[in-house]
Amino acid sequence: MQFPRGAQPPARRSGARRRDSPLAWLLITPAMIGFAFFIAYPTLRGIYLAFTNYDVLNSPQWTGLQNLNAMLHDSGFWNSVKVTIYFVALVVIIGTFFSLLTAVILHRLTASTVIRGLIILPFLVSGVVAGTVWEWMLDPELGIVNVALTRIIGHPILFLGSPNLAIPSIAMISVWKAMGYNAIIIFAGLQTIPPTIYEAGRLDGASEIQMFRRLTLPLLRPIMALVVVLSVIGAFQVFDIVNVTTKGGPANASEVLQERIYQTAFSGNLNFGYAFTMSLGLFAILIGITFLQVRMLRAGDSDLG
Amino acid sequence: MTTESLRVARVARVAKVAPRRRRPSALRSLSWAYIIAVIAVTAFPFYWMLRTALSNNYALDTKPSSLLPVGLTLGPFERVFGLATPAQAIAQGGSGASVPFARAFLNSVIYASVVTVCVVFFSTLAAYAFARLEWRGRSIMFRLVLFALMVPGLMTFLPNFLFIKDLGLLNTYPGLILPGALFSAFDIFFLRQFMLGLSREIEEAALIDGAGKLRILFRISIPLTSGPIATLCILGFISMWNDYFWPLLVTSNNEMAPLTLALGVFQQASPESMPDWAGLMAATLVSALPMLVLFMICGRKIINSIGFTGMK
Repeated sequence: MQFPRGAQPPARRSGARRRDSPLAWLLITPAMIGFAFFIAYPTLRGIYLAFTNYDVLNSPQWTGLQNLNAMLHDSGFWNSVKVTIYFVALVVIIGTFFSLLTAVILHRLTASTVIRGLIILPFLVSGVVAGTVWEWMLDPELGIVNVALTRIIGHPILFLGSPNLAIPSIAMISVWKAMGYNAIIIFAGLQTIPPTIYEAGRLDGASEIQMFRRLTLPLLRPIMALVVVLSVIGAFQVFDIVNVTTKGGPANASEVLQERIYQTAFSGNLNFGYAFTMSLGLFAILIGITFLQVRMLRAGDSDLG
Repeated sequence: MTTESLRVARVARVAKVAPRRRRPSALRSLSWAYIIAVIAVTAFPFYWMLRTALSNNYALDTKPSSLLPVGLTLGPFERVFGLATPAQAIAQGGSGASVPFARAFLNSVIYASVVTVCVVFFSTLAAYAFARLEWRGRSIMFRLVLFALMVPGLMTFLPNFLFIKDLGLLNTYPGLILPGALFSAFDIFFLRQFMLGLSREIEEAALIDGAGKLRILFRISIPLTSGPIATLCILGFISMWNDYFWPLLVTSNNEMAPLTLALGVFQQASPESMPDWAGLMAATLVSALPMLVLFMICGRKIINSIGFTGMK
């Protein structure tokens, strides 16, 4: 099913405009109440509180740029930024690679729903389930992965417990969970490419690899852009897997931003004001990256047609 | 059979197949090997959950690599459901904690289904207003929707928690449900795009026959949009069912916790030094099971829905 891109409803006679108005406002009222109270108001309140000292129990005190200044000099915050970006890069690069590879191979081999169903299983479970089962499988003593590793290389590997491997391990769990979902989206995109294009390519003597690079990839661009943008936005806000496996440890090795924001707000001295400052920082980073991506990937245009 | 006839047979087979499949079969086998490896990686942890959940926690370290349950027992499930006495549970390696399964399951069903049904319904109404009605302020309001699409959940989670707290709705269903039940920028955008692509002819005909706009919405536009509506319901339900962060913020008592959170609590109660892995895996399986059963019933629909989201 294809949606027309950028289609606008044709202009109607101006009489219709007035007649429709009451109904239109009636129809959008529930959604707009939701927008006003649960998107606009909290966003503005969050921005305001980011410039205050606020612990929920006492009323907020305006502190101006103090929080922002503290954040810029907070090595823990920058560590979280670094850890988060490292995590996002791993998830997006490895995840996109395997999703694309799986989708392309599946598309060539089989349209079996059962196989796609098996690949998508991890998407159906929560991050808590994914985190818990992998924590068990990666357990240094009894986890099956480490039991196997001990047989092969002679010693276990401290995946989640090692400062260097905690983030890659969490990224792997995250890829495990989302890979099938992304592969199915790409698979559906591949099905929309008309086979005649490949026949033409084959007649011109193009090899499989040439056809993949010159035909498949450009035609898939809008869908790849969607997958990448969604992966980036999702990965930046990772929380549940980290919260059940490492809680940010060992030391601060896997303290992603969302975990740090949550800990700042809810543990110890309920530093909500500063938590909001960091949320704002994360939001700024996210907006910057989204703009950059949309521009780089030219998300709007496919070369089809 | 002679070598000659073998060769003839082979040539004949190759000749029949060749025009369709010119890819070398080595590549094909390699591709199958890759797919089988991927399936092994995606499906194995589910088997391992089951295998561990049916094991005796104290026996796990005797045969850590056994592919079958070690010391087959239903004890872990009894611990999870609170059927074992705390003394029994501790004797089997548990913490004495259990998952209030029936209540948590009910909470998950209420949370996921009410939020999903409400938000998709309200988004459909709004999408129709944006796609088919002419009204002053439409473009400004639609710009607000696009703006909301950019605001990540993490900007709104904490302030929404404060707001729900101000309203005195912490640990209540309305507090859990309200913030997600009214507005979804993605749903509105997705449905509007689809409705714009629908042919206007039927609607115009109905209009000439004297049907009102509201009647057209419910009798024509919504039925024609049932595919994308189902897609949003399915994906919304899955993501709400698996939601962790928002319930973690607004439900501090066990009575109101959905399954994801109940599992988290059970996991936290497990002794750090000697975790009750068997009990944990039983709890994990129990919390994943409803979704897996749903998937077995309407897997094809779910897979098609996911493919559909990329098509806008």
